[in-house]
Amino acid sequence: MAVYRRSYKPYAGTLTAEWSRFLVLFRYSRKSVFRSKVQTALFVICFFFPLACLILIYLAHSASFLAKIGIPAQILSIDSKFFFRYMSVQGALAFLLTAFVGPGLVSPDLANGALPLFFCRPFSRTEYVLGKSSVLAVLLSEVTWIPGVVLFVMQASLAGASWAWSNLWIAGSLILSSLLWIAVLSLLAMALSAWVKWRMVAGALLLAVMFFGAGFGQAVNAVLRTDFGYFLNLPYLMGTVWIALFQVDIEQAISITQAWVAILLYCTVCLWLLLRKVRAYEVIR
Amino acid sequence: MTTITQVGAPASAVARTQTGAPALVELQGLSVRFGDRDILRNLTASLQGQAIGLLGPNGAGKSTLINTLLGFYKPSAGSAKVFAHDISRGMRQIRALVGYMPENDAFISNMSAVSFVQMMGELSGLRPEMALERAHEALFYVGLAEARYRKLGTYSLGMKQLAKLAQAIVHGPRLLILDEPTNGLDPSARQRMIRMIREIRDSREMRIILCSHLLRDVEDTCDEVLILKRGEIAHYSNLNQERRANKRFLELETYGANGDFIAAIERLGCECAVTANRMKVILADGIETRDIFRLAREQNVRIRRLNFRRDTLEDIFLKAMES
Repeated sequence: MAVYRRSYKPYAGTLTAEWSRFLVLFRYSRKSVFRSKVQTALFVICFFFPLACLILIYLAHSASFLAKIGIPAQILSIDSKFFFRYMSVQGALAFLLTAFVGPGLVSPDLANGALPLFFCRPFSRTEYVLGKSSVLAVLLSEVTWIPGVVLFVMQASLAGASWAWSNLWIAGSLILSSLLWIAVLSLLAMALSAWVKWRMVAGALLLAVMFFGAGFGQAVNAVLRTDFGYFLNLPYLMGTVWIALFQVDIEQAISITQAWVAILLYCTVCLWLLLRKVRAYEVIR
Repeated sequence: MTTITQVGAPASAVARTQTGAPALVELQGLSVRFGDRDILRNLTASLQGQAIGLLGPNGAGKSTLINTLLGFYKPSAGSAKVFAHDISRGMRQIRALVGYMPENDAFISNMSAVSFVQMMGELSGLRPEMALERAHEALFYVGLAEARYRKLGTYSLGMKQLAKLAQAIVHGPRLLILDEPTNGLDPSARQRMIRMIREIRDSREMRIILCSHLLRDVEDTCDEVLILKRGEIAHYSNLNQERRANKRFLELETYGANGDFIAAIERLGCECAVTANRMKVILADGIETRDIFRLAREQNVRIRRLNFRRDTLEDIFLKAMES
């Protein structure tokens, strides 16, 4: 039908596969993320440290260059500690990126009452959450485990197959710790933005949960002379898991099992909060 | 033509189509409860019309009924079917056939209308290029062609209503559900919206369920009406048939009418009431208007005007509310 004709014609064409509909949301939401210059700049900044790590790996294998500038080769050892440090820095950047991007994914839909328009179609709440969270999942993957794996491959290609085989677990730890952090950040950001419905406030709340949670946890520990405060400190819990995954020798106040359980509990609560709010209409009983 | 077999049915009655085709909406003892409040109570009806109006005062349960049909609320008892798909099992199929225009503001403010409608089309299963084409068509159709690249946040209330209508029809649904489509519109915008709904109805491409508390909106657009009152069906009727059925009520303006003429009418078994030179007559069974004209000729009475007194929707609504 030509656009100049003001008449209505029903649709008789083929439909896309039902399973792929959440990708529509992913595509549109990702496009909106990069419409913001600040977010695009932040995304680019997230690659500075992996680039620096790449140079360090190259330098670590350039003994003659290191000797020329007077740095002993032992200083630049590429091992699990190196990748743990990489993960810590990229994890922090991923959090910053989430604080900017995450609240803008769900809160505008809730604030503008757009959810009934999504759910009156053959499109479920699960698909909605999947579509929105996949934006963060892909974005954070691009700044955490994907460059991490590139670094690992680079190191493996320079150090040789024997290093690669004996340290393959580092790549696994890198991916697992990144995915865990991505899941926590995505769920937390989306749950908070679904509850406050206001983008700026949701971003501030996310920062508050991380920093004030950590501060409050420390205060609880100091006042009550206990270690339970660490359970309120999400970065500490995640750090505990990472330390165990990367087999780094840093003593932690809580056990790895306790940290895992606490993180899974956080994720479950976030998911519950999210699914309570992501509805076409809220029922006021 | 759509077949409606039961006119002015009592609340509990179930209308059945003579063609045996599945009803547009079939309610079987449908109840919805929020906490300890019964919002919909034991609704049983079979809706067949091309354009069905859901009428009722605020809080009657109109929007709740629509939201239940769309699967937003779960029934506490009973069941409902849309195009023969049960709402508890075939919600995905139902949603694929339905276009919904909600009552309240529903849009994404930082998106242009064309992107927004395209995205909604894609979510309904249209391929991106087809969704874009149809988004343009839908926006042209509703009259937003010039403004289709503007962000929705900058739209006026009337334009937002039209954008909501565009997203509801972009995927070519078989049923269009409109929840208070003229809410907040000025008279000219309301006229435009009503004209558009009538065009859609007359195109016969889509069936319409229009939910409103404005009698004129329903009267102007619908051929069938379901009146709800405190969560129950107060009345269900086909407006056209109801009006035709009321052709036995006559209003006559006469010249030269006297007692003999009135007595002659009453001898036919008709009821008659006289005020000045006007008469109200209820025709008895088997008596037609030509019998009145014959009597008038015999009595040398001139009939200057003869109107069939039709029940307006307001009459029907008020009767339903009083019942």
